[in-house]
Amino acid sequence: MCLGIPGKIVELYQQAGLRMAKIDFGGVLREACVETLPEAKVGDYAIIHAGFALNLLDEQEALETLQLLRDAGVLDEELNPSSQT
Amino acid sequence: MDLSLLNQTLRDERQVKAEIEKIRRRLTRSWVLMEICGGQTHAIMQSGLDQLLPPEIELVHGPGCPVCVTPLELIDKALAIAARPEVIFCSFGDMLRVPGSNQDLFSLRAGGADVRVVYSPLDAVKIAQQNPERQVVFFAIGFETTAPPNAMSVLQAKALGLKNYSVLVSQVLVPPAMHAILSSPHNRVQGFLLAGHVCTVMGYQDYLPIADQYRVPMAVTGFEPLDLVRGIYSVVKMLEQNEVRVENAYARVVKPEGNLAAQAIIQKVFQPVDRNWRGIGRIPLSGWGLRPEFSEFDAELRFDVGNIQTSESPLCIAGQILQGLKKPFDCPAFADPCTPQNPLGAPMVSAEGACSAYYRFARSSASMKG
Repeated sequence: MCLGIPGKIVELYQQAGLRMAKIDFGGVLREACVETLPEAKVGDYAIIHAGFALNLLDEQEALETLQLLRDAGVLDEELNPSSQT
Repeated sequence: MDLSLLNQTLRDERQVKAEIEKIRRRLTRSWVLMEICGGQTHAIMQSGLDQLLPPEIELVHGPGCPVCVTPLELIDKALAIAARPEVIFCSFGDMLRVPGSNQDLFSLRAGGADVRVVYSPLDAVKIAQQNPERQVVFFAIGFETTAPPNAMSVLQAKALGLKNYSVLVSQVLVPPAMHAILSSPHNRVQGFLLAGHVCTVMGYQDYLPIADQYRVPMAVTGFEPLDLVRGIYSVVKMLEQNEVRVENAYARVVKPEGNLAAQAIIQKVFQPVDRNWRGIGRIPLSGWGLRPEFSEFDAELRFDVGNIQTSESPLCIAGQILQGLKKPFDCPAFADPCTPQNPLGAPMVSAEGACSAYYRFARSSASMKG
């Protein structure tokens, strides 16, 4: 639950008063709330947990982590929670 | 990109081995380290680090498995609320198979209850907007990492004026659990790997007084094999030099002060409260509850679920496992009859539970050292 997946911010927008972002997790697009990252810009990489950005990290780190998570088979598990049951 | 990342993975493997060699060279005696976070327990088992490390290093597994420590009484309350016909009960996925006294959310759903797995608490708020005639309840469990999203869902429900959204809160904190572990007369832990993403949110200043008080070194640690061995090296080096500090071995993500915007969201909605930890007991000020100004969103107040009589499996030793006092294979019920399909206790269910990690990665007493 506390794993967190790095993804790239590809779009920033307001939705129902919240600062939201479209996040690219190595090809899988998801929406996340970025209220926790007032400084985030399009193109930045962030660690996303439960649909929320925890922090920014640099691109190289993000890509390496994504690959490791994919190798370990946990990327799908984290992004598709309903498949667990 | 793929090729360079393949090379990267290979390089990581060499780096992991080099770091393990550095640890080996430092060792003059054996040490017991605890990784707090259940996500790290799984990463350690999955990568086989527990078997690659020198035998002098014993890793014991901490209580950082949110579904494992959610008290049975609250799971029974969740079941009672979810069984109501007007309720759509939303939860993170790994809560569904956690056994209550008589059943779990998964079997309740199979029996017709509207129980839904969501990726984010904000998805539960959306479900509440789309279903104004139903009551939507989100099971707001977790450590500091899930607190910002859980709190934000309440702020959002308030901003949208939703009268049909509430949260069943079981929000727990790492530092008070460490106090409980370290002050136990049975404690064996000599150093800690701190949970990287909890520290991403909260920073690591709160751990300095704990390190000082109990004379235990700690390292903020990430989740990849290389992060984990670097965290272990950092703690071993301090132990061998008789130094007590909190080092940051996950500095690429964690800042000393954490994420201040996330903390501000938490502070708006939650205040410190005493919490019961499943298998461990009551720990003072070890969690967060809703502030009075958000009590209209408290599912425990909204739904009168009456007197809950809990009954725990007499076979399960989850409490001792969560405190690092026993390993999963010390349990007579491990693998028979307790399995992820038929769990007697929460640590066999969760992707962060130690029992599930041992079961999935086939650790038995025969293949373990120590």
